[in-house]
Amino acid sequence: MGSFEFLLDGIVRAFELIVTLNPYILSITGVSIKVSGTATLLAAMTAIPLAFALSFVQFRGRHAVITLVNTGMGLPPVFVGLFVFVMLVPAGPLGFLNRIFTPEAMIIAQYILITPIITGITLSAIKAVPEPIIETVYTLGGREKDVVLTTLLEARFGVITAVLAGLGRALAEVGAILIVGGNIAYTGSVGGIGEGLSYTRTLTTAITSETSKGDISTSIALGIILIAIYLFVNVAAGFFRRQD
Amino acid sequence: MAELFRICNLTKTFAGKDVLKNINLRIYRGEIFALIGPSGTGKTTFLRILNLFEKPTNGIFEFDGKPVNGTPLEKNRIRQRSSLLFQTPAVFNLSVFDNVAYGLKVRGFDKSTVEKKVKEALGIVGLSGMETQKARTLSGGEAQRMAFARAIVYGPEVLLLDEPTANLDPYNVAKIEELIRHIRDKCGTTIVIATHNLPQVKRIADRVGVLLEGKLIEVNSVGGIFTSPGDARSAAFLKGEMVY
Repeated sequence: MGSFEFLLDGIVRAFELIVTLNPYILSITGVSIKVSGTATLLAAMTAIPLAFALSFVQFRGRHAVITLVNTGMGLPPVFVGLFVFVMLVPAGPLGFLNRIFTPEAMIIAQYILITPIITGITLSAIKAVPEPIIETVYTLGGREKDVVLTTLLEARFGVITAVLAGLGRALAEVGAILIVGGNIAYTGSVGGIGEGLSYTRTLTTAITSETSKGDISTSIALGIILIAIYLFVNVAAGFFRRQD
Repeated sequence: MAELFRICNLTKTFAGKDVLKNINLRIYRGEIFALIGPSGTGKTTFLRILNLFEKPTNGIFEFDGKPVNGTPLEKNRIRQRSSLLFQTPAVFNLSVFDNVAYGLKVRGFDKSTVEKKVKEALGIVGLSGMETQKARTLSGGEAQRMAFARAIVYGPEVLLLDEPTANLDPYNVAKIEELIRHIRDKCGTTIVIATHNLPQVKRIADRVGVLLEGKLIEVNSVGGIFTSPGDARSAAFLKGEMVY
């Protein structure tokens, strides 16, 4: 079989798996969305207020925090995975939580990875709001809370971009979640794939393991779903942008 | 007429350079006071001091008989009673209605009052029927008129105007001048306008201050300044000669 036929066969099989709503594929997709979605939501809830605090509140050590945020934007995922692993293993400081090799451990790792990304991009978006906008809020009788709300409104597309960048990074992440999640799927034959349902297996970690097993069609199916999810999120964001 | 602003020996220094030098001035309730002078002579800085965006380096600054100390609460209290219109209006990324309603909303006016006042203000500036239009799609003249409506909608006692007709076509210049006179005559609003448009000063001002190189060299009635200026440098500036 030539390389083109090999690829074509993989794509056809991938569509079969998707169209027939294969339980294994669905469960992996579900874990991916649950883990990355939760991590992104929690990171956004931390990062957006943090970016506003760093922009509007003058405090000692503010520049040090900004430097930490900027450094954190390029954190190596495997290092984060290793750090969370060391914290959560039974002998680690947080071992009593018994959360290693669980979706929660993966959420923590992704949260650590993407919080600086969302914070950094939100900071840039806030900085891009022209000073006269802020002065106009004050001159119209607004207070600090009005400045924050108006800045959020003005920087909303930048903030959406920050959250999407965080989600993108979370969905695409392999190294950290492989270490702390363990890429676990229950054994047993479900859906004729020879594997059961995912526990900590995500689209990216599954692509890694399926490819190493030689199951290219399943890998391609998972890859198509991964791209489709991200495309859907971006199209939805673009739709809201156009509505505005 | 009662004093609204009292300024004694006011100096403002930026990076060791005196931008305003020993300014002594009283501005009375209900008057249109024009501050004229070449570009870069400190007119905008003076307006920014009146709206508490800049703190004087030295001197006494009183508003409505009370010394201004510049605490956040006091700044807001004074700004609740005043409004500053910038040369290039900062337009919020909202509809025309929401832009004009901004100052009313931060003051906690109820919905029906907001609607009534916004409609009235838009009628005054000739933008009726444009409520739902995105404010950033307005032309320069329309945006300035919308900013004017936004500045007057909550009935400020003081209106500070920084080159409000620079870059506008003759129709919009005439419209803004008409609005300035209207708001003073109808509401008794005190208006301080910084400009180097001498024909405009002749048309709308009651009194004029000539600011040259940071010094207020003359304060005179509009008739007096154009017929018999009290300072040779004022006379030279009014003739269009280089005075600095």
